[in-house]
Amino acid sequence: MLDTALWISLALIVMALALNVYRLTIGPSLPDRLLALDTMYVNSIALIVLLGLWLNTKHYFEAALLIAMLGFISTVAVCKYLLRGDIIE
Amino acid sequence: MTLAWIPLLTLLGVLIPVPMERFGRRLCTLATATPVVIALILVLSQLPMLLSGGLPHFSLTWIPSLGLDLAFRLDGLSLLFAVLILGIGLLIILYASYYLSAEEASGRFYAYLMLFMTSMIGIVMADNLILLWIFWELTSLSSFLLIGFWSHWTDARKGARMAMTVTGAGGLALLAGLLLLGDMAGSFDMGTVLASGEAIVADDRYPIMLVLVLLGAFTKSAQFPFHFWLPHAMAAPTPVSAYLHSATMVKAGIFLMARLHPAIGDSLLWSWLVTLTGMATFLYGAWFALVKTDLKAILAFSTVSHLGLITALLGIGSPMAIVAALFHILNHAAFKGAMFMNAGIIDHETGTRELDQLGALRHAMPMTALVTMIAAAAMAGVPFLNGFLSKEMFFAETLYTPLLGGLGWLLPMLATLGGILSVAYSLRLVHAVFFKPARRQPPKTPHEPPRLMRAPAMLLVMICIAVGLFPALLATGILELASTAVLESVPELHLAIWHGVNLPLLMSLIAIIAGVATYGLHIHLKRFVRQFAPIDARLVFEGAIQTIASIAHTLTRRLDNGSLQRYMSWLLGGALLLATLGLVQLPRLDGGQATHPVDGILLLGAALMIFGAIGTVVSHRHRLISLLMLSVVGLVVSLTFARFSAPDLALTQLSVEVVTMILLMLALFFLPQKTPRESSAKRNIRDLTLAGSLGMVIASLNYAVLTRDIDSISNFFVENSVPGGGGHNVVNVILVDFRGFDTLGEITVLALAGLAIYKLLNRLRLFMPHSDGEGRVWSPDRYPMILTSVSQTLLPLALLVSAFIFLRGHNQPGGGFIAGLITAVALILIYMARGVEWTQSHLDFPYQPVAIGGVAVATLTGLGSFVFGYPFLTSAFGHFHLPWLGDFELATAMLFDLGVYLAVVGATLMILANLGKVTTPHRPRKDDSRAGTQQPQPSSKEPR
Repeated sequence: MLDTALWISLALIVMALALNVYRLTIGPSLPDRLLALDTMYVNSIALIVLLGLWLNTKHYFEAALLIAMLGFISTVAVCKYLLRGDIIE
Repeated sequence: MTLAWIPLLTLLGVLIPVPMERFGRRLCTLATATPVVIALILVLSQLPMLLSGGLPHFSLTWIPSLGLDLAFRLDGLSLLFAVLILGIGLLIILYASYYLSAEEASGRFYAYLMLFMTSMIGIVMADNLILLWIFWELTSLSSFLLIGFWSHWTDARKGARMAMTVTGAGGLALLAGLLLLGDMAGSFDMGTVLASGEAIVADDRYPIMLVLVLLGAFTKSAQFPFHFWLPHAMAAPTPVSAYLHSATMVKAGIFLMARLHPAIGDSLLWSWLVTLTGMATFLYGAWFALVKTDLKAILAFSTVSHLGLITALLGIGSPMAIVAALFHILNHAAFKGAMFMNAGIIDHETGTRELDQLGALRHAMPMTALVTMIAAAAMAGVPFLNGFLSKEMFFAETLYTPLLGGLGWLLPMLATLGGILSVAYSLRLVHAVFFKPARRQPPKTPHEPPRLMRAPAMLLVMICIAVGLFPALLATGILELASTAVLESVPELHLAIWHGVNLPLLMSLIAIIAGVATYGLHIHLKRFVRQFAPIDARLVFEGAIQTIASIAHTLTRRLDNGSLQRYMSWLLGGALLLATLGLVQLPRLDGGQATHPVDGILLLGAALMIFGAIGTVVSHRHRLISLLMLSVVGLVVSLTFARFSAPDLALTQLSVEVVTMILLMLALFFLPQKTPRESSAKRNIRDLTLAGSLGMVIASLNYAVLTRDIDSISNFFVENSVPGGGGHNVVNVILVDFRGFDTLGEITVLALAGLAIYKLLNRLRLFMPHSDGEGRVWSPDRYPMILTSVSQTLLPLALLVSAFIFLRGHNQPGGGFIAGLITAVALILIYMARGVEWTQSHLDFPYQPVAIGGVAVATLTGLGSFVFGYPFLTSAFGHFHLPWLGDFELATAMLFDLGVYLAVVGATLMILANLGKVTTPHRPRKDDSRAGTQQPQPSSKEPR
């Protein structure tokens, strides 16, 4: 039961990742692309957690934690760049 | 231990003069002379042991893997030279205190002189070939400093450089020769080398080794054709010339030949090379001494000539010839030292060294005249003086050597010719300076120098006379002692003035009579010489140096033309070639190992990564889009690491990724947002081909490696991680324990890079664009409220994560590096949200000490293991029990990791925060651009 659920969620997440990259490629505007990248970070967290469940290991969770934290910071940095150009002022 | 004190004392003497200088010249001289006197007493104190047949010896292991020991010996040869070096050194110290004018830095001069003395003592006492070479190089360095002492004077600088180049090149050859020699003898220990002479001469590599060693000796001892540096080194202050260029340094090459004679001297090749070079130098030097007009140049060439004489004797190599060589070394040091000192006095008192401007000085300086005349007579080989004795021995040896066979008469004839020239130039010098009326007035009115300035030269001349009159009494002992070090059996010495009427005496007589006659014809000689254009060795040398430099420059410019594309294509092309060559030799690509099953997630991940990489390249003209594409690659790479059980790598990749992104954005800001199309289609095709083929080759290589069962060293780490390093996380144990030294190097480089960037960005102020790439002006909201609140909430959480990752690092994924990056990124978030001013007012400590402190903590942890008697960076760990907390483990590696953490935080913040600061102070104030409609001014007050 769990395996089936995991398979379905993994497939959906992977599809979402592919669509994120599609959006990142076509744009058209920079905020579109940035949102696509940020969503990719979110989906990656999901992917990692699902992988951890599937392979039954706890080692992946720190990676998810770091993506959650650092992905946010990169997004903030790019946002700041789009708004002000100079990200540390 | 006494032996080690001799060079140590002179070395300590280097430190004395500079601080003593302020107490006046007299005290400074005295203080400098003290260690020399003690060293001399120590040398002489070894005499009883030497006379009873012992060999004073001291040895300390230094770098055993290189065969290098700190080993000294004091055999007869060393003793002879040590007494010469220290004794004449003492006289020179006294003389120099009068010679240097009051405003000259006598402290610095004495320090150089002592350094030189130390290196000379080191050469003559070294009991290890490599150690000898180290001191040999030190003499080149210290003599460079001494020759160039008057560094404001271009002649001094050029002369110093020339001496350094020639003797340095010779030193390099000598190193190669000594390495070969040590290899042939099986040891670098002097005793072993000297004892294995037969094996060395029989070795195939003997000729190469001999030529290399002789190159070193000949350049140092100014043998033809390497003699040219010596006359130019006369730009040195005269005490230096007297010391280095007559008594000691130029004798180093001769010492080396005498020292190694038992090991390498027993061959025909040696005799030919050394004798003929010596004879050529003897004649060449004597001839130029006759035609030069500068007092010191005459003495320089005369020195070259006498060095040639000694070399020729060493080349002849019979026991008596060796004794004669040693004897002449002593005699030459005595009379040439006196000559140089008097030349210095004359220069000092008259202000010139040109023979034209000197003349009839016997009235003004009668004592100096007398001393000089006696020294010159000894130099010419006049009976009843020491020079006569050794020169006659030289004549005798040239007569009896079987070297040239049927042409055997040639050597004595050439020797007599050299003798004639010696007499002529000595006579000319004395006559021109003291007797002949001066043609022009010297710049200063001459008078006698202070008595103590004359004393050293007078002492040396007295030695000349005493040895000349009572040779058997004064010289036999030390010569016998010295020759035991070189010869197996010392011949019975009959040093006497009168041996009856024989051929050598006849040769001496011919030399004196013909020499006087030659001087009589001197005017005609001069006219003859004037027909030839003079060759200035300095011009030739400088020309050669310039040519070499310009060739090197052209070559460099051709390779290093500033084009990054070109460097990359060379590098990648080279890698491609090598990898291809290796791959072609494989029998087949597949190594037979089973491959991992492929599922849809992996396939899509690979597709995303490839797509991201291609996207980065395609969009490279829109920098920000390219950067976002690159982030996709980085993200997928981290996911791949996580998926294939490398959580440490995944964590590291993630944190490096975000730091890189911030760094790139900070830099991108100053670049145009869009770049024009620059590459031609042809170039694109070339680059595509290169990149594509490299990709294919690397992919094949990876496949070949991964499908093979390779026994790598990683098994060792996996097995020893817990028992050896006390940690379950192998990656972290490797970083902080097994390969801790590498990590230490890396964090040092990181801290250095941070400091360099800090320094480079310091005071750099750049214009900032007023709008983004599409022409929109910047948002007026500098510090968005939501961002500031969120970031402040995030900071403690991030620090908690960082502490967690740091603490668990030794056993679980994590460690100081990742933790450091997380902390740095969290702080950078605050910088982004609140700006530099706010952040710095709340975090008011500079990052440089943090980075440096990190490196220091790591280094001290490593040094700590010395305290417990273990090698550098040995780690210790143990398990402890605390009430409430339970069992836990502590390892010194944790402390080391703390150093890594601090270094990473410090360096990263130093780079990012400083890059962020470049525009900060000059951004428009918030109220300047209130509505956001008006143009924010690119107000840079101090644009570069």
